[in-house]
Amino acid sequence: MFEFLKSPVAVIQDFYILTGRALANVVRPPHYADDIAIQMDSIGVGSLMIVVLTSFASGLIITMQMGRALEQYGATGQVGQIVAITLVRELGPLLTAIVVAGRNASGIASELGSMKVTEQIDAMRALGTDPIQKLVTPRMIATAIMLPVLTIVADFVGMIGGFFIAYYTIGLTPTAYWKTAYKALEYNDIVQGLMKPFLFGFVISLVGCFYGLRTTGGTQGVGRATTEAVVVGMVWVFVLTSLITRVFVNLH
Amino acid sequence: MPVETQEELLRFEGVTIRFDDLVAVDNVSFSVTPGQTRVLLGAAGTGKTTLLKAAIGLLPVNSGKVFLFGQDITGLKEKQLFDLRSRVGVLFQEGGLFDSLTVEQNVGYPLVNRKKKLPENQVHEKVQDALSFVELSHTLDKFPNELSGGMRRRVGIARAVVTEPPLVLYDSPTAGLDPITANTIMALVAKERDTQRTANLIVTHRYQDGQIMANFSYNAKREGLEPTNGSGNGAKSQTIFMVMNEGRLCFEGSQAELEASKDEYVSKFVLRRR
Repeated sequence: MFEFLKSPVAVIQDFYILTGRALANVVRPPHYADDIAIQMDSIGVGSLMIVVLTSFASGLIITMQMGRALEQYGATGQVGQIVAITLVRELGPLLTAIVVAGRNASGIASELGSMKVTEQIDAMRALGTDPIQKLVTPRMIATAIMLPVLTIVADFVGMIGGFFIAYYTIGLTPTAYWKTAYKALEYNDIVQGLMKPFLFGFVISLVGCFYGLRTTGGTQGVGRATTEAVVVGMVWVFVLTSLITRVFVNLH
Repeated sequence: MPVETQEELLRFEGVTIRFDDLVAVDNVSFSVTPGQTRVLLGAAGTGKTTLLKAAIGLLPVNSGKVFLFGQDITGLKEKQLFDLRSRVGVLFQEGGLFDSLTVEQNVGYPLVNRKKKLPENQVHEKVQDALSFVELSHTLDKFPNELSGGMRRRVGIARAVVTEPPLVLYDSPTAGLDPITANTIMALVAKERDTQRTANLIVTHRYQDGQIMANFSYNAKREGLEPTNGSGNGAKSQTIFMVMNEGRLCFEGSQAELEASKDEYVSKFVLRRR
């Protein structure tokens, strides 16, 4: 009767097994510090430019649109506050996660998928290396560290983008903009703004690794795994951001 | 003939492997003893690679048992298998080389990643020896994608034998190669067998691969293969042919028995001598 549920339940079960083993490997030797450093460079430094560009543009757009709306109420002075809250609480973590999911979940899935179809994963196992320890755990740790760092950069760059519009178009003084932006932020916002990318980091990397390691069917399979990783990674990011926001709204 | 009392390096006991409804390996039993070469022939999709992977626990078996160096590996956890696997050399179908590592790093991988790590200079020395063995000493700094298909296969052999394992598994070592390169690869396999006295399980669809193993041996003085011509070095008697069809072993015996077989499927693989 419930035969149709068998396959999705098996996928979820496999994902939890992978997650459990990847997390257990964080404290279990051997540790591949070199691989973590390489992945941090690839995920963090590699994504920096696109994250900066996206967040700067977001800051500009939010300020432009909000400036027009606030003008009707004579409250353009509050634009810094709105930019800060929107970016730190929601858009900074979300946009950074989407960029990293698009760039890195796909990269991870295609890399691991290619390794799978060319029997490199089997070779690794045959040569006495646990692929989860060597490939998954370093990517998970690197993404969980670098995504919050990228988000901090994104938040700051976004606020600079907002400042450009506030200063040159709306005519706010630097003090007025930065003071309202700074004052608007509470401890709660910072925690929320950093907890989200930390969790997104786990999800994005694990989803990328999961679909990469499940790849079958040659190069076509690699393409399919890459697409699935990006789509599922983004869906999880949206689900998580909604849940975390809900929790913090309730706490507030 | 293999001596009955010899310790078996690998033994399959009624092994069946299924993928959902598909039976890939069906009730297969055989064993590999020291110094023996088993040539497993079969068309594509008959379960040869599945069987080879099950030999070192890369795939789980649904029923039956696999013994590796006398130990039942059925149901062992991945980490428990690592030590046993380190005593087996494996050449994968396309070489299975790591794209992101150089040839030197690829060949040195089994030495660097074992529990008892070797000093760096010894690793380098062994890697050099293994690459000289396959006549590719000049490729140390190259990446796999800079090599031809045959060269990648030779580097794969170097990686499989660098730890001097007593048992080497070859998955279609000549698949997709031109006849000249294929013979070069098989000559290296025979050279490894005769210089290191390794046991081999060779999975292939080419009868010629088995012919080379059964009828040629490596002459260290002349540095080349020469026909055995019944010289009694044991290559012929130590080479056992097996044929697989739809997951089942449908033939097991010597080259002469294979060539004399009247089975329609088995005879398809044999190039009969005129």
